[in-house]
Amino acid sequence: MITATTLKLNLGPQHPSTHGVLRLLLELDGEKILSCEPDVGYLHRGMEKMAEGMTYIQYLPTVDRIDYLAGCFYSELLCRTVEGAMGVNIPERIRAIRVTLLELNRIASHLLWIGAFLMDLGALSPFFYAMREREMILRYFEKLTGQRMMYNYFVFGGVRKDIEYLEDIEEIIKILPYKLNDYEKIITDNLIFLQRTKGKGVLEPTTALNYSITGVNLRASGVEYDLRKTDKLYEGFEFTPVVLEGKDSWARYKARILEIKESIKLIEQGVNKLKENTNFEQKHINPLNLKLPEGEYYSEIEAPRGLASIYIKSTGEDKPYRLKWRTGSYYSVNLLRKLLVGEYLNDAIAIAGSLDIILPEVDK
Amino acid sequence: MNYLYHLYMEWLSKFGIPELFGNITFYIIPFCIVAIALLIVVLALVLIERKLLGWLTQRKGPNRVGFWGVLQTIADAFKLLIKENITPDRSDKFLFNLAPILVFIPVMTVLGIIPYSSEFTFVNTSTNVILYLILVAFPILSIFLGGWASNNKYSLMGAARGIAQILSYEVPITFVVLSVIVLASSMNMTGITYAQYSRLGALGWFCFPCFIGFVIMFICVLAELNRCPFDLPEAESELICGYNTEYSGMRFALFYLSEYALLFANAMFISILFLGGYLSPFGTYLSYFIFGDTHLASAMVYFEQAFWLFLKAFLVIFVIIWIRATLPRLASFDLLKFSWAYLLPLSIFNLFLAVIIKFITGGAMCGLS
Repeated sequence: MITATTLKLNLGPQHPSTHGVLRLLLELDGEKILSCEPDVGYLHRGMEKMAEGMTYIQYLPTVDRIDYLAGCFYSELLCRTVEGAMGVNIPERIRAIRVTLLELNRIASHLLWIGAFLMDLGALSPFFYAMREREMILRYFEKLTGQRMMYNYFVFGGVRKDIEYLEDIEEIIKILPYKLNDYEKIITDNLIFLQRTKGKGVLEPTTALNYSITGVNLRASGVEYDLRKTDKLYEGFEFTPVVLEGKDSWARYKARILEIKESIKLIEQGVNKLKENTNFEQKHINPLNLKLPEGEYYSEIEAPRGLASIYIKSTGEDKPYRLKWRTGSYYSVNLLRKLLVGEYLNDAIAIAGSLDIILPEVDK
Repeated sequence: MNYLYHLYMEWLSKFGIPELFGNITFYIIPFCIVAIALLIVVLALVLIERKLLGWLTQRKGPNRVGFWGVLQTIADAFKLLIKENITPDRSDKFLFNLAPILVFIPVMTVLGIIPYSSEFTFVNTSTNVILYLILVAFPILSIFLGGWASNNKYSLMGAARGIAQILSYEVPITFVVLSVIVLASSMNMTGITYAQYSRLGALGWFCFPCFIGFVIMFICVLAELNRCPFDLPEAESELICGYNTEYSGMRFALFYLSEYALLFANAMFISILFLGGYLSPFGTYLSYFIFGDTHLASAMVYFEQAFWLFLKAFLVIFVIIWIRATLPRLASFDLLKFSWAYLLPLSIFNLFLAVIIKFITGGAMCGLS
């Protein structure tokens, strides 16, 4: 008598498409997934514990490493919290600089996701195309900050130095829409791509909310929740949050493409503001004797992979008593438990890819 | 051929070498030349694919080893040669070692039954189309053996996918080949090539009366070669490297090279069935234009025929590489459904169409034969 047995498969931590070191414990029946147990922590660097032994200015350069694809967002979070605690309001020009750079960073992050997602699906070229466009942005960051990924550009009360090379940004936002059209030609209506993504990995809004999914993944499920709408930093900037009803992998792809277009609009406004307002002044906070008043501080921001937030408990020392990060991908990994069950292995890879999971951000 | 034979004999007699030696070597030398040429072509194919993929994806491709990167493949092959051959601990060691050898033999044999020019085939049997189909299905055996013997779950899944894929795509191929056989009234590749001869050159090729078959054949060959968008058995983002995950060193190189040899063989097979094989696309051979109606021209025709066949094969390979650079991979169940639900009925329809065309035109499609 033939008895069917299930196969236990360790997908990762060394696997080409787990985007780092995610380990998925899968139970397979043939290629059908019966259960999925994500195992994280292979890239744990102790970002939270580390903060307890460092002064704020010592800690600032390390926070870019939380998410190496969107470092700006995390330094913005830390700066914002410290500024809030010290009661400092950043000037208009600094605000415009920060929004411009954050959105550029968001575009770079989304572009890499598009490439990596298509790579997961087995398409080769879009990865290189996306990398080519991302390279323009990284070159600009390198020119401005001297670093391609870990910028350490935002400081408490301002930025490290005034923004330069605005014409480079204008060039980037002039080229990008054409390139996006190229992507859409080669990807969006591709029959195989549609077959692999339409109706795959359907994420119901209630499930998404129960699993604390935020960001593009949530908006692609039809829930309008974009922190930028209520964010003080984005005050005076016009944009419409991308909300799609598709709920599937395709919607998540399309939402990211549309979000890049929205980001381009934001950058345009940012550049215009920078051109009008050339008065560069910083609200200096002396980092050497910076002590946060006793209390608890919390701030949040719309990062490319969902809501990112920071919680600091200070006892009035120059070091935080306790610091906690909340990152979007961590919750997406947890969602895999539910989303992958019942799917076939190669769809599972596509679904996991569509959620935009970045492991350093999960493990912190 | 006679002219070349006389030239060769005269040249030998100048050195006083007996005629018997000439009689033997005259038939062996071309075999050696072609065997070496094929190995070079296979090595070159790897480079060509990497270069083309580079250009299609906005990169330069290999450009460091040798001028224009020409020595890259040789350097890679050498590197693989001197690497350690790792055999997994709990694998079936005999089968694990056997699989890469088994994959290479049928692939090299396949190259022997292809007519490179009208009088040059290593082994010319009357039904070598069927022989080809059998030999070309062989590598899946070693894919399965290798995948199963590796004792690796990814390899096993890759092997299982490979079997399912080949089983479903061999069937439409057979029907398409049958329709070509009907049109040509021949099961011999040389005969099929002759049947496509016409004074109008390319217009006589079977890709026109049998266009559906041509497209189906192209798709099925992609599946049979495990190439994008059907590269499921070795889907990198899912199964790491599929059936050859555990292979390293020379064993991996054998899998790798046989894949490219098979690609070249299949491209030539498509060219023979649908693109007129070694026939010139202009109706007459260019050699007659260049050298006039001389002995030299009739000798040069054989080389020209091989040139046309290789050119067509490379065009087919170019399209295959182009597809690889563009399309994502199919899902495994869509893949099987695509074959059984669309390709198989279409290929049967194509066979009916071929029979009707044959019935209407009588022997007219057969050209000279």
